[in-house]
Amino acid sequence: MNDRTLRGAVAVVGVGETPYYKRGQSPDSEFKLALQAIVTACANAGISPKDVDGFASFSNDRSDASRLAAALGIKDLRHASMQWGGGGGGGSGAIANGAAAIATGQAECVVVFRALAQGQFGRFGQGMRGSRISGEFAHTIPYGLMSPAQMFAMKVQRFMHDHGVEQNALRAISLASYAHAQKNPRAVMYGQPLDEAKYDASRWIVEPFHLYDCCQENDGAAAMVLVSAERAADFDHPPCYLLSAVAGSHYRAAAPVHNTPDYATSTFKTLAPRLFEMAQVTPTDIDVLQSYENFTGGVLMSIVEHGFCEPDEVNEFFQTKNLLAPGGALPLNTSGGNLAECYMHGLGLNIEAVRQIWGQSTNQVKGAELSMVISGPMVTPVSACIFGAEATI
Amino acid sequence: MSAYLKPGLAGPVASPDGLDAPFWQGTREEKLLLQRCGSCKRWQWGPEWICHRCLSFDLRYEQTPPRGVIYSYERVWHPVHPALKDQGPYLVVLVELPDADNVRLVGNLLGDPRAPVEIGAKVTGVFEHHEDTDPPFTLLQWARST
Repeated sequence: MNDRTLRGAVAVVGVGETPYYKRGQSPDSEFKLALQAIVTACANAGISPKDVDGFASFSNDRSDASRLAAALGIKDLRHASMQWGGGGGGGSGAIANGAAAIATGQAECVVVFRALAQGQFGRFGQGMRGSRISGEFAHTIPYGLMSPAQMFAMKVQRFMHDHGVEQNALRAISLASYAHAQKNPRAVMYGQPLDEAKYDASRWIVEPFHLYDCCQENDGAAAMVLVSAERAADFDHPPCYLLSAVAGSHYRAAAPVHNTPDYATSTFKTLAPRLFEMAQVTPTDIDVLQSYENFTGGVLMSIVEHGFCEPDEVNEFFQTKNLLAPGGALPLNTSGGNLAECYMHGLGLNIEAVRQIWGQSTNQVKGAELSMVISGPMVTPVSACIFGAEATI
Repeated sequence: MSAYLKPGLAGPVASPDGLDAPFWQGTREEKLLLQRCGSCKRWQWGPEWICHRCLSFDLRYEQTPPRGVIYSYERVWHPVHPALKDQGPYLVVLVELPDADNVRLVGNLLGDPRAPVEIGAKVTGVFEHHEDTDPPFTLLQWARST
């Protein structure tokens, strides 16, 4: 442990989301969605967007920070950062970058955001077109391995083989997300419950993923306002401190053509110890968890790799009742998550984690003081963070 | 031999910087050529410009037997590409090569796509030539060893 830490240095003082749409259904352009989420988050914080002086995002977000600053009349842009890597691996990493800028005096008020309009810009979950392919994909696409589900099913299959994981463990994750979404009016799957029979009858996408093991694809935007801990008392919300935020990946995680030595992993083995060490907590202290679901198998591996359960105990641990708010052993994805609320590359999970600290979740865990987020399993780099209430500082 | 997957997927061409050109040239000649470090003599895949072990730039392509074991697999049902709309399920395997420091290759597992797949099973490479494309190319597929 060294004295260089983000613990308690930065607080979340506002969150904002656009309405969440099914993929391609947004009436607004992606950049307008970003603006709407940022303006909403600033209003939630009680500040003018003109007083924001930094932007942090991830996954190559197309809404350029300088254009945002110009559009919003921002007086003094002091920080603009992009966490490398695709998918949702950078959600908590972008928060780490923004928080680091504040903690080191580079900025005062950073908005972390993500905006997506797939109708405008094309889908993630489709194979590449064209008659020729070169580079790493030349070694996978001609064999029909091209979509995110296909890239990650291979890892999950091996993990399930190694540890005797049953399909019902994946099902429990999906059922918990859908159950939570039924109480969340923001959720795209609000009013569309899922039960065991419907899951079992759903078609395979790629074994071991049924349809309901796969995230949605959505349009929308989400944003979060960060300031220094000293300033947090000036805002209306109860303080929600960032206790820890880490990013990265294990040895040669990106070795091409599925050659990473430790293959059947969610990429969190090296991050998890750093995450808990910075926060000065253990997995058993965590009150509520949001864990990025690109696919349920990644959630399962992430939770194991963060020490919430042993690899060979997953069939007992991953039962829906254990994952439901408010009373489950580990309330999971309490907004409905990427499966059933919205796939905003996971930033919605970070917002839900903050709402749990504020006591504002539609599936509130009573007295939640430690609220954790796992961002983007199986990609590289990945990231994670822990938020804490006043009492945790 | 007919192709395992229906035609229409993108065909592989060597990367413009030439990094994997010997591999694709090798499959045309029914040879499996992978990278091996001229300095520390260890095998490496996928292709890269530097040896990740000893950091030598002296990487060469050398021939290794197309035989391995199934490290993982997946049975794909949902066609994400229009060319596979009527394909039905198909098997993609990740094959580890004990003869080459256990580097891995992706391919299809030939045979009944609905049959069970055993992780750890031995497989043998089968070169699948595509002559009617521009340019022609050859994939390395896998069959259960008998």
